[in-house]
Amino acid sequence: MRRLLSTAAIAFLAASRSAPAQDLAAFEKKITVRTLANGLTVLVCERPEAPVFSFFTLVDVGADREVPGITGLAHMFEHMAFKGTDRIGTRDYEKEKAALEAVETAYAAYDAERRRSVGHDDNKTAELEKAWKDRIAEADRYVVSNEFGEIVDREGGVGLNAFTNADETGYFFSFPQNRLELWAYLESERFLKPVMREFYKERDVVYEERRMSTESRPIGRLVEQFLAAAFTAHSYGQPVVGWPSDLQTFSASDAAAYHARYYVPASMTIALVGDVKATEALPLVEKYFGRLPASPKPEPQRTVEPQQTAERQVVIKDASQPFYLEGYHRPAFDHPDDAVYDVLQDLLSSGRTSRLYRALVRDKKIAANAAGFSGLPGIKYPHLFAFFAVPTPGHAPEEMQAAIRAEIERLKTEEVPESELEMVKTRTRANLVRRLDSNQGLARQLATHQARDGDWRGLFRDVEKVQKVTAADVRRVAGATFVEANRTVAMIQSTRMATAREGGAQR
Amino acid sequence: MSRPATLALVAAAFLLVPAPASPQAADWREIQKPPLRPFLPQQPKRIALPNGLVIFLQEDHELPLVRGFARIRGGAREEPADKVGLTAIYGQAWRTGGTTSRTGDQLDDELEARGARVESGAGLDSTTLGWDCLKDVLDQVFPVWLELLLHPEFREDKITLARNQLHTAIARRNDEAAQIASREARKLGYGNDSPYARVPEYASVAAVTRQDLLAWHKARVQPNNLILGVVGDFDSKAMEATLRKALASWPRGPLPPRVDVPVPAARPGVYFVQKDGVTQSNIRLLHAGIRRDSPDYFAVEVMNQVFGGGFSARLFSNIRSKKGLAYAVGGGVGASFDYPGLFQISMGTKSGSTAAAIDALYEEVDKLLQAPATPEELARARDSILNSFVFNFDTRQKLMAERMLYEFYGYPPDFLERYRAGIEKVTAEDVARVARQYVHKDKLALLVVGKAQDFDRPLASFGPVTTLDVTIPEEAKKATP
Repeated sequence: MRRLLSTAAIAFLAASRSAPAQDLAAFEKKITVRTLANGLTVLVCERPEAPVFSFFTLVDVGADREVPGITGLAHMFEHMAFKGTDRIGTRDYEKEKAALEAVETAYAAYDAERRRSVGHDDNKTAELEKAWKDRIAEADRYVVSNEFGEIVDREGGVGLNAFTNADETGYFFSFPQNRLELWAYLESERFLKPVMREFYKERDVVYEERRMSTESRPIGRLVEQFLAAAFTAHSYGQPVVGWPSDLQTFSASDAAAYHARYYVPASMTIALVGDVKATEALPLVEKYFGRLPASPKPEPQRTVEPQQTAERQVVIKDASQPFYLEGYHRPAFDHPDDAVYDVLQDLLSSGRTSRLYRALVRDKKIAANAAGFSGLPGIKYPHLFAFFAVPTPGHAPEEMQAAIRAEIERLKTEEVPESELEMVKTRTRANLVRRLDSNQGLARQLATHQARDGDWRGLFRDVEKVQKVTAADVRRVAGATFVEANRTVAMIQSTRMATAREGGAQR
Repeated sequence: MSRPATLALVAAAFLLVPAPASPQAADWREIQKPPLRPFLPQQPKRIALPNGLVIFLQEDHELPLVRGFARIRGGAREEPADKVGLTAIYGQAWRTGGTTSRTGDQLDDELEARGARVESGAGLDSTTLGWDCLKDVLDQVFPVWLELLLHPEFREDKITLARNQLHTAIARRNDEAAQIASREARKLGYGNDSPYARVPEYASVAAVTRQDLLAWHKARVQPNNLILGVVGDFDSKAMEATLRKALASWPRGPLPPRVDVPVPAARPGVYFVQKDGVTQSNIRLLHAGIRRDSPDYFAVEVMNQVFGGGFSARLFSNIRSKKGLAYAVGGGVGASFDYPGLFQISMGTKSGSTAAAIDALYEEVDKLLQAPATPEELARARDSILNSFVFNFDTRQKLMAERMLYEFYGYPPDFLERYRAGIEKVTAEDVARVARQYVHKDKLALLVVGKAQDFDRPLASFGPVTTLDVTIPEEAKKATP
């Protein structure tokens, strides 16, 4: 069998093709960008292989603009953007509109009474709650449930979904190529005239999402507390899904106001990728999205997280297995050192040659997984570069801490060898190519860079910036960032830790 | 078709490309949908070597990447009961344990320096070995893949590392309620010790030796037991020549017999796992499902679409949107390629609405049996499947993956076409019939993972409750040396 190998290393390379599609020049030819008169930006990337297209609508507001009392509202509105409009999802909008107004009046009365501290009356609260629920039942009579999603499903849409994070909100799905105008109608309509129907039922649904992802998961609980400790002033310390009290209090009127204030065309970027011609798509986008009324882009956020001056620590004692997390404040994505942090992340975390894998997983065998990464909880504002480790049975979080700190110390005291830095750069270039292969993935990346950098070319330029990072840069940034006073530590200490089992002993 | 005049004004002000401005539609139903442009996707080339190896080649020159993927028959369901975890260890140590000439760490360095990947893996019915690289380093990456395929070494240190990974997974498997629910549901559906339900334990992981991995490899990794697919920026003729040179002289070998696993009788009843530290209950209703080669598969697909698929399905609309009882809810009759799937409904609801949610799920099961699908629901479900059909082959890689799947399970190569034709023929009567045939309320096992103190009503109101013991069996303490 060994013989087979010697014959393997023969040339595959057929005549090399012209114009490799992965480079910037190739994309220049396929991409058209326009900003409409109302400020909305649309990008079309022609990729006509199969008769389908994907889109990504990026709204430049996430949970970042929330203040206490309305935490979770950006995400709540995202759910409401699936509830239809004055023309989708209703049996009779005129009557439904009046019924929904009555719901809001009844809710305001109920909410005021239940939260009244002086002279609070339980009976009155119960009466007002019943009146509110009766109004909801009345309004529900006009609802055609989930008609928006039903149209997308029925017309062949796939991957219909959306997300809200700390920085932004994204909406997406894919359609067959012959549904371009239907897409333009549906996607513009949902932001032009969203109707807050079934709001309070959906608020319960969102609370279930909180129970699932945060409250019922040990690591979910830890991360919420970790961020609350790491950020004292900036909204990054608030959970995207919202605090329980706010989730049980904010109203449909609050959601409508949030939409009116932040969903302005100047904050919206749409990328279309696939079997779409710019000459056909742009007039359609103009026709439908041009209807969104122009409005000034909201003032940039005022609050900046002040410099941390003392280490903070969160310890959760739980019956689950241990976990370790620590984070250091770093500047926002547009800082000149952003690419240096990219290199740090790759160096520490990418694959089996990464430093944390080799030290904690392969050599010390104290962790099943370990990594260091930027972007917690977002990147638009100064955020955290975080490290985590998942201990193997019998190993405590404190051991993770010591091993991670040793790797951090190496970064601060020794320059990264050229060969290792070169590996990071090569991998970054290769991974860029891998990221370009799906319509939906491309739509998201192009929209995100267009919105964030003001230019979709940022997708390629980020990789170019990584190529220029030096070993001295890495050492300098590690030295400035990874210091005690800039650190927040969070861990789960297990009250029922599994027994140590050093796997080497078996047979 | 209202207000064309104002619209023309808007259009005139902003139009970028002079095109006749058709008026804006007031209603989505008015929007014209031209027929989908004709599309003949490029089929991969199938090559059967005399030694039984089947190769698919799919050229795709858009990106300068070449990806290869071998799938080998035999997986976790075939491993011995006292060595559960064998294939999971194998799937890791195959790659990390290196080859006879180079350690896994050396391979890591060589591959990462080129931004390339070669990875192995293991699943229920197969193991895999694949590569993924830029075409300009293919000459260096393919030999690594080939050497791993033919001459893996399974070094002890990496077997230990893989064991550590499994130990960690075992120790943590009760940390999250959803994971407990999924695992215990499979046990209820297939039987506790079934190859489709069992999980690695400390003892079974400890029993796996390097000899086991070498023996597994020798028995399974044979040309007549392997399907290879290559997709990307290459010339098929050159690639075929290379693969023939590398693999055609590889002799075929005898294969282990395929084990047929019976699915036991349903275990109706109420099953419960106590989980503290949660505010939400995980609920499952389940019994056995069907195989995908059943003639009823297409009708079942339509039924599933009506019942639990997507935003317009009954479960989503009724349990989530109208009742606000769940964020995650879904379900349907599962159909696996070569063994029965599970009919399963799953949801998460706050502890205080656990019983109310179960009532609502049973109500949906009743409705499925009594009122299977209205004409509108049927039309919507069929339209949804057929209008999105193109997404089954909208990339060349997807089409090759489909073909490999059919080849692997012995399905006809045109199964996708048959699927479309089958869906088109499904009638309301078919849906009603398959609902009666494959959904049995009296055979359903009800599983709840949650915090009983907070439930709105005791589970006993649904029948006698069997509490499941999910304690992790601790390995006998090792004597200290």
